[in-house]
Amino acid sequence: MKFDTPATTNPIDQLKVVGKPTDRIDGPLKTTGMAPYAYEQHEAAPNAAYGYVVGATIAKGTIAALDLSKAESAPGVITIVTADTAGKLDKGNFNTAKLLGGPEIEHYHQAIALVVAETLEQARSAAGLIKVRYTKAKGAHDLEAIRTTATRHKDSKDSLVGDFAGAFSAAPVQLDVTYRTPDHAHAMMEPHASIASWEDDQLTLWTANQMIDWGRGDVAKTLGIPKDNVRLISPYIGGGFGGKLFVRADAILAALGSRQAKRPVKVALPRSFMFNNTPHRPATIQRIRIGASKDGKISAIGHENWSGDLAGGGPEDATQQTKFLYAGANRLITTRLAVLDLPEGNAMRAPGEAPGLMALEIAIDEMAEKLGLDPIKFRVINDTQVDPENPARPFSQRQLIKCLHTGADNFGWDKRGAPGKTRDGRWLTGMGVAAAFRNNLTMKSAARVKLDNKGVVTVETDMTDIGTGTYTIIAQTAAEMMGVGLDKVVVKLGDSSFPVSAGSGGQWGANSSTAGVYAACVKLREMIAKSQKFDPAKTTFADGKVTSGRKSIDLGKAAGASGMVAEDFIEFGDLGKTHQQSTFGAHFVEVGVNEVTAEIRIRRMLAVCAAGRILNPKSARSQVIGAMTMGAGAALMEDLVIDKRHGFFVNHDLAGYEVPVHADIPHQEVIFLDETDPMSSPMKAKGVGELGICGVGAAIANAVYNATAVRVRHYPITLDKLLKDMPQIA
Amino acid sequence: MASPIDISPNRRDLLITAGAAAALSSAATATTAQTADLSQPVISKISFSVNGADQALELDLRTTLLDALREHLHLTGTKKGCDHGQCGACTVMVNGKRINSCLSLAVMHDGDEITTIEGLGTPDKLHPMQAAFIKHDGYQCGYCTPGQICSAVAVLEEIKAGIPSHVSDDLTATPQVSAHEMRERMSGNICRCGAYSNIIDAMSEVAGATA
Repeated sequence: MKFDTPATTNPIDQLKVVGKPTDRIDGPLKTTGMAPYAYEQHEAAPNAAYGYVVGATIAKGTIAALDLSKAESAPGVITIVTADTAGKLDKGNFNTAKLLGGPEIEHYHQAIALVVAETLEQARSAAGLIKVRYTKAKGAHDLEAIRTTATRHKDSKDSLVGDFAGAFSAAPVQLDVTYRTPDHAHAMMEPHASIASWEDDQLTLWTANQMIDWGRGDVAKTLGIPKDNVRLISPYIGGGFGGKLFVRADAILAALGSRQAKRPVKVALPRSFMFNNTPHRPATIQRIRIGASKDGKISAIGHENWSGDLAGGGPEDATQQTKFLYAGANRLITTRLAVLDLPEGNAMRAPGEAPGLMALEIAIDEMAEKLGLDPIKFRVINDTQVDPENPARPFSQRQLIKCLHTGADNFGWDKRGAPGKTRDGRWLTGMGVAAAFRNNLTMKSAARVKLDNKGVVTVETDMTDIGTGTYTIIAQTAAEMMGVGLDKVVVKLGDSSFPVSAGSGGQWGANSSTAGVYAACVKLREMIAKSQKFDPAKTTFADGKVTSGRKSIDLGKAAGASGMVAEDFIEFGDLGKTHQQSTFGAHFVEVGVNEVTAEIRIRRMLAVCAAGRILNPKSARSQVIGAMTMGAGAALMEDLVIDKRHGFFVNHDLAGYEVPVHADIPHQEVIFLDETDPMSSPMKAKGVGELGICGVGAAIANAVYNATAVRVRHYPITLDKLLKDMPQIA
Repeated sequence: MASPIDISPNRRDLLITAGAAAALSSAATATTAQTADLSQPVISKISFSVNGADQALELDLRTTLLDALREHLHLTGTKKGCDHGQCGACTVMVNGKRINSCLSLAVMHDGDEITTIEGLGTPDKLHPMQAAFIKHDGYQCGYCTPGQICSAVAVLEEIKAGIPSHVSDDLTATPQVSAHEMRERMSGNICRCGAYSNIIDAMSEVAGATA
């Protein structure tokens, strides 16, 4: 099915099942420990040997000598994989650095060997016996130091509208500030893990991966085997956030280890290995300039962004939202990429917008203060209902202002005081607001829908559920379309033997994958109607029956003894080009800052979101509060600290890389505005999983400023950065 | 493979074990392995009960309780998130008290009674905490969830038993089942999906129902 005209009324609009806050259908399995993740396939892959990864301990250079002798003769060792034993390996389309290094080393903790042994203890012990001698090469590890060498990436487009320089210098009120965001780690709870098993030339990989078809292609490309010879299975994924978009070393090394050991091999990356071995969100430096008239109308907006990555990598484009969020006739928006010899940078939850809004939405707060305007009022003045770069393109939906006003009313925004002036005992308190923005992406997505003679509908698609609630919303979609209850729907995901889906990334998963299921269900409905000689246009599906006029038959009977199968996909036409499709929100945060220690505590959080039809308000709310939590981490604690001499992230475990814990997060509120977006898909839904992290960090930063009157522009906002400027203790 | 030997853990044995577990550091091995031959793994017989069933295993001394459960008993509900005691995904109950099973060697648990997530309830017969997690959507990817639930059950017991926490105002007063107390006590269990707000809602419901 091609989606190229706006959606009209369709069976989803009944909202008998879709749109309800249904409990997750995978909940009973997950809460009882019965949901099997990638490393937990004792039945499917019995007698697996254990692989333990060895990583490089230099950032750049070559292996001069690799002595495996002691490891090879250690108890229980079956085989050792290195670049020498692996044969010719290609690099995946989605990888910047090779997944198995040697002799060339591209980054710290790049895998250089896999020790396969009978037990984990033996493999780990033997891995420690490998002796490596390196020849180090000089590398660049400090973005600040090489910022001036940065260039425009081939896929980056400068946005130059009007005369920015002239308009900015002529503006009566100006802001020119630079912000910094550090490198961030996904730090999902399930480490990257895979089990590989070969049967002749057919490889099966149970692996934690968000994008099954991308992964299948890259495993095949890396190993130099046909894609048809690779099967990926990934029914449960313990978090991804972008970190599992791509094939990683665990999968390739398990496959190589299994080929050498001639039996299944399982590999999980040790936690302390993940931070330097796998991709991270790159740090950014962002200069923002805003020029406005005295009444607050923006005449010039400039956002220049710098980030770094390994040669051949891509930028963290923190300017994405600035192209769309506010009006302003004169615009200068650029992103530049430097070559850095650090571990690979890549997508993490809301790549671009997450760090971009951390900067832009402080700048808006700072500018509003300069203008003497309430920051919500300033945003209202500069709202736009069209793409500011191309005014002929309207937004499909844009309820940013309603999000801000709804939030203000619910949060008690009118009680916000002047900076540094509100206190609660020894705590200085403050409120902050920020806009949330994330583009809505759509991706082709296919599904197969089966109906059996008992009226049970089974959906098969290689779509993944990384905690997003995919199982449940796909079941809701199929139940709505086929007129059955959720108890009559079975959902099977994450297997490359199923039709290729959109996968989980870029907050495109929910809308695209359910639209694919919609398309397959439309086809199945037609097959069923035709089998009964009903007119498909006049046939209804409800209460387990298919009905046309006075004729009605049980769905199971209509399916016939052998059942029916339909398969289709959704693909998207030009509506994303003719209309700017984005999701919007407003974050409100209240913090307390201890007047003595400058310790920051988040007291309240509210997000108001306008993101199309909300398919399941319960799981969607969880996505938003989870993203708010991750955004709180980015604002207050998350910081991959670089050893600039040796080129690696020092704090490479969960004690050193701090993420929010229970005690950091208060009760969180989410309000979804009523919205359907007929331009996005037949589901009229949009992405919401990343919107929640967009802007929340700046709302926290602005609340800290409101509490203390101290502005920190270098994330994370830690107490040491506040202390020197804190108000005098009364 | 070395033949199984019976040992009763004492300080010297544990030092050897620790040295073996830290074999990545050859210095540590050298200083503690004066009397032990570490060219072959040391295997020990261990008996404990898991979820009410007696288990007898012969394990490499370096095997953690977590790996004994996951890799030897195939009870994979208990998760390995960090293997360093930093995330809480491996939380189980040993003799009624919660521990990080990754920080404990299996050999230290001879005779112990261990309860894992599989022992709390099943999909058809959920523990009230498991049901409350589902109702309040106190999880997303599900990977930290068994640890969160084991901790949540234990935390309510700890509060009931009068054990104070870092945020208890009065160390001698009976601690209250408040969100503040629960958040503090649950802070060893990381949820990167960020379900904290919902987890506290789930715990509050169970605490209210059983209070």
